[in-house]
Amino acid sequence: MIYREAGQFKTSYASDQAVFPIVQDRVFVLAAVVAAFVVPPLVAGDYWLQAILIPFLIYALAAIGLNLLTGYAGQLSLGTGGFMAVGAYSAFKLTTAFPQLSIIAVFLLSGLAAAAIGLLFGIPSLRIKGFYLAVATLAAQFFLIWLFNKVAWFTNYASSGTITAPDRTVLGVTVTGPNAPAAARYVMALAFVAVFALVAKNLVRGRIGRSWMAIRDRDIAAEIIGVRPLRTKLLAFGISSFYCGVAGAELVFLYLGSAETLAFDINQSFLVLFMVIIGGLGSILGSWLGAAFIILLPIFLTRLPHSLGLTMSVALQKQIELMIFGGLILFFLIVEPHGLARLWQIGKEKLRLWPFPH
Amino acid sequence: MTWRVALVGIVALAVAAGPWVTRVQAAGEIFIPLLVYRTGPYAPNGIPIANGAIDYFTLVNERDGGVNGVKIAFEECEDQYDTKQGVECYERLKTKNPVLVNPYSTGITYQLIPKAPVDKVVVHSMGYGMTATADGRWFPWVFNFPMTYWSQASAFVKYVAAQEGGMDKLKGKKIAHIYHNSPYGKEANPTLEELARRHAFELTLLAVDHPGQEQKATWLQIRRLNPDWIYISGWGVMNQVAIKEAAAIGFKMDRVVGNWWTGTEVDVIPAGDAAKGYKSMNFNAPGAGFKVHQDINKFLYDKGKGAGRRDGIGEVLYNRMVVNAMLNVEAIRTAMTKHGNKPLTGEQVRWGFENLNLTEKRLEELGMKGMMRPLRVTCENHEGNGQAFVQQWDGKKWNVVSDWIEPIREVVRPKLEAAAVDEAKKLGYTMRDCAKEK
Repeated sequence: MIYREAGQFKTSYASDQAVFPIVQDRVFVLAAVVAAFVVPPLVAGDYWLQAILIPFLIYALAAIGLNLLTGYAGQLSLGTGGFMAVGAYSAFKLTTAFPQLSIIAVFLLSGLAAAAIGLLFGIPSLRIKGFYLAVATLAAQFFLIWLFNKVAWFTNYASSGTITAPDRTVLGVTVTGPNAPAAARYVMALAFVAVFALVAKNLVRGRIGRSWMAIRDRDIAAEIIGVRPLRTKLLAFGISSFYCGVAGAELVFLYLGSAETLAFDINQSFLVLFMVIIGGLGSILGSWLGAAFIILLPIFLTRLPHSLGLTMSVALQKQIELMIFGGLILFFLIVEPHGLARLWQIGKEKLRLWPFPH
Repeated sequence: MTWRVALVGIVALAVAAGPWVTRVQAAGEIFIPLLVYRTGPYAPNGIPIANGAIDYFTLVNERDGGVNGVKIAFEECEDQYDTKQGVECYERLKTKNPVLVNPYSTGITYQLIPKAPVDKVVVHSMGYGMTATADGRWFPWVFNFPMTYWSQASAFVKYVAAQEGGMDKLKGKKIAHIYHNSPYGKEANPTLEELARRHAFELTLLAVDHPGQEQKATWLQIRRLNPDWIYISGWGVMNQVAIKEAAAIGFKMDRVVGNWWTGTEVDVIPAGDAAKGYKSMNFNAPGAGFKVHQDINKFLYDKGKGAGRRDGIGEVLYNRMVVNAMLNVEAIRTAMTKHGNKPLTGEQVRWGFENLNLTEKRLEELGMKGMMRPLRVTCENHEGNGQAFVQQWDGKKWNVVSDWIEPIREVVRPKLEAAAVDEAKKLGYTMRDCAKEK
């Protein structure tokens, strides 16, 4: 009923090829974005913003980045944590070296730095595929973390070996550092992920995205029809690392405030990869759903017994949370191996016909 | 299909309902959040710490009816020693107006240091965290008494010198520092380097990557180097592996000294007899022979109110947290002398921390005479005047084998003040004038 498209005629190519061809989708997404910008900063407390929404947005950005590479271009990567670290450390170096530089520019430049490193470590993808490529990107992960841990220059020779986000402002509002209000950091993270999600959505609909998918589906056939593997694969690595780099910079500057290399260890790479797999490979929506699943669900599960009025030891609570969380991952992968995005897609198809399915 | 919908519905409902329900803390209590790790890779260390805290706070509530009549409320939050989960816990418990927090993780401490002045919550990182925060002029909200890593490292060097027969005998000796490759593990390095320069001993720094299960290469280097002494800054599984490896290459165990996070029961027991003779630094006496333990037994465990198992009482980390909780309580008590016997704010408790003066007499009243040294904290010096000792594992229990060792403060303090300026500048702090504090 709500999804009835009767009367929606596509009279031009532009309207037929819109990002959201169905009016209801368009209205809903627009309303959701506006609501996301307005409601939480006004309503949500520090806990909600700081501990739940900000990490969700940052990981959604990282998941979109990895989804471009793994989901669309079919290149399995375990280097996400390393590329995020490149973004974080370059943002730190840039903003301490040039304090006048706008923090937005710093984020974008650190994304570019991560893209450059991503290109470098993407080179093996021309020769090796699948699991072997995953191992090669694993080398990137370990090497980069080792490098940042080893070379004190990256932390400005801090005796503590950590990088700390200084206070930086955008339009007079402090958005990074300990004095920045959570609402400001939230809006900043949201603005970045909203813009880059839109960019990603358009990238994958266009020539670049199609060439990625061609490479993913059968690289030899793609090569024969004129897709250049070198350019296409490296482009995927570059753009994906750009996203991860920006997410890494945000992780330190908007979320943690200070970090050591451990914040970017191999677990981060796995975490983002799981988001992409559970959310849905080759789907921007899937990246959002996957990030929500992995970041939000454990927090809610931890609090579930408490909110149901059950008192149990925190250890037991944690074990139960892990069991339920693991069980849910299995459940969703069995019910729908193509991820949560596919579940939504099926649901949407049904909704469009409801209440008169044929 | 319907059960699937039902399941999704239940999950959605749970997800939606979860965060709205929070228990309101009763009026007239002081709330202390407990960030614990009873699960995950560091659980063997985290469990005695968590039990020690609960037991002492419960003891104060049960035996004394609270601190001067004000009960202590506390709530645990499981963070698995993971920085992000720890921050989530802190933010969640922050809604209950905590006055102080003991993070028990270097990573989480680093996260909380910048937040402390903003949230008005005292960070007490007892014997861990960032050494530079011991300069209270720059970091009013952070306390790391009774001692810092740098003081500890200098006390270790003094101990070595005493064993070798004097500071001048250090010349030409070879000391290796095996450390966890993280901000925590690197903490001791600047002090050791400085002392190596002054006393002309040969220092070798060997990093072990997290989590420290793989140390073959490190110990191969040790074998080649054949140092006179080994100092270890490890945590969790790294400690057990290091002690086993030391035994495997036949290194003299009484010349291997861990820092105070590298000398608990769980570190040495897995190595069995091979760990006999292993030493570590400490600032709280081990064992369950103190009066406070009798009280814990009498008021809690005899009544089935204990947090853990009875035989866990007196473990090194259990005692450390009991001392930690005692210091928290005494700081609150100190604050009450100025602000009255009522629930206090973080600001008021901060004053109590800064003016804490724990005398020998008070320690005796608390049943902790000999368990730790008297302590005095000032506005400038948030490290206090703590001292450390060396303990040795005899295969069954830890024994104290040295006197209290005074750190080499004239070396540590100037470096600490310089580091405080560096770290505080990063956060945009200004130095306060302690003469103006009352």
